[in-house]
Amino acid sequence: MIAFRLNSTSGLSTYLQLAQQVRQALRLGTLQPGDQLPTVKDVVASLAINPNTVLKAYRVLESEGLIQGRPGQGTFVIRSLQGVASPKQAELQRALEQCVGEALAAGLDADSVEAMFESAMRSAQEEGVA
Amino acid sequence: MNEIEASGLGRRYGARWALRDCDLEIPRGRIVALVGPNGSGKTTLLHLAAGLLKPTEGAIRIQGATPGRDRGLTARISLVAQDVPLYRSFTVAETLSMGRHLNPAWDDSLARTRLDQLAIPMDQRVGELSGGQRAQVALALALGKRPDVLLLDEPLANLDPLARRHFMQTLLQSATDTGLTVVLSSHLVSDLERTCDYLVLLAASRLQVSGDIDALLNAHRVISGVRTDVGRIAGVAAVVEEQHTDRQTTLLVRTDGPILDPSWTVDTLNLEDLVLAYLGHPGASALPPPRVAVVPAGVGA
Repeated sequence: MIAFRLNSTSGLSTYLQLAQQVRQALRLGTLQPGDQLPTVKDVVASLAINPNTVLKAYRVLESEGLIQGRPGQGTFVIRSLQGVASPKQAELQRALEQCVGEALAAGLDADSVEAMFESAMRSAQEEGVA
Repeated sequence: MNEIEASGLGRRYGARWALRDCDLEIPRGRIVALVGPNGSGKTTLLHLAAGLLKPTEGAIRIQGATPGRDRGLTARISLVAQDVPLYRSFTVAETLSMGRHLNPAWDDSLARTRLDQLAIPMDQRVGELSGGQRAQVALALALGKRPDVLLLDEPLANLDPLARRHFMQTLLQSATDTGLTVVLSSHLVSDLERTCDYLVLLAASRLQVSGDIDALLNAHRVISGVRTDVGRIAGVAAVVEEQHTDRQTTLLVRTDGPILDPSWTVDTLNLEDLVLAYLGHPGASALPPPRVAVVPAGVGA
């Protein structure tokens, strides 16, 4: 079982944060196929958030084929994300490091590089959501 | 069907309109944030929904029936009024006993279990409880009635942050269990962002914004760039707020598509930013497109 947490300074809406934390746990192996996710009621009780927000997060993950709701039993993980990205990951990591290196060499400071990364991340995510 | 619908709803006190031209469609199971400055018509709207007031014009319907006229419906609506009106000399147990006698569908164990979990003593007089405990007793009384629609007028106003959180936890757990529709008025917008999923914003007796909160947030952006006279920007449906310094222009906009022009830096905003922007600009509004209106009884075309 995983415990959700919320970051109020993140620009991401609550349901996207919840979905992201499940994906993260799937990538790290904290969650494995067959594992149960917290019930909507448990999440509502611990975070004091709207039940529809939790349902929305679970619907997103269900549509991605990662989890499945079983009536009367709960919501279960059906697919892992471990290793999915690994063949390309090392290559992407090198590309990103090179890009950051170039930015620093061009005289940008760490804050500017972070701002660029966040802005790129956000526009990519927005395209994914829209 | 929508749980709560209003069309052309208005209420006048003497010469002053407390609420006017209000069209609403709230689906079942929503947790609605009813927001607006003092005197904007929030309490009037809640009292119209509870059937305590009759509309001066237009109509409000809950589950298709008119509040105040349909007794079956009255039993399915709970209202917790602003000043938490409880008998202060009653003990908590006596308060629940009153609830049992007044409400045919009363669920005593539900009310008792909730108060036990919060360690609120049954033999204590209501007047001797803390503000947070009193709010919980009022909520238990309202939930014990097993309503379909729960109306709460400023329930968080006098509670400290911890009591607010406990109150919202109780409320949200009940909503999860029962699929209850909740309308909650409040000034504390930041408290509502995570708990509510629907926004109704009133300003100066009129409806200014209504809709699903995620959809509203997704349709608004803050964009900034080098100072410019604002013309047409692709992706922007309306400019809600405009700020200029000598160098920079910052706009809060409602969008109708992605803003791809690279000269603008695009940011998301939170519920509080959205509410404050609209309250500061009474001319702007974000309302669902009008449907074919339900003509209320007694109003000719």
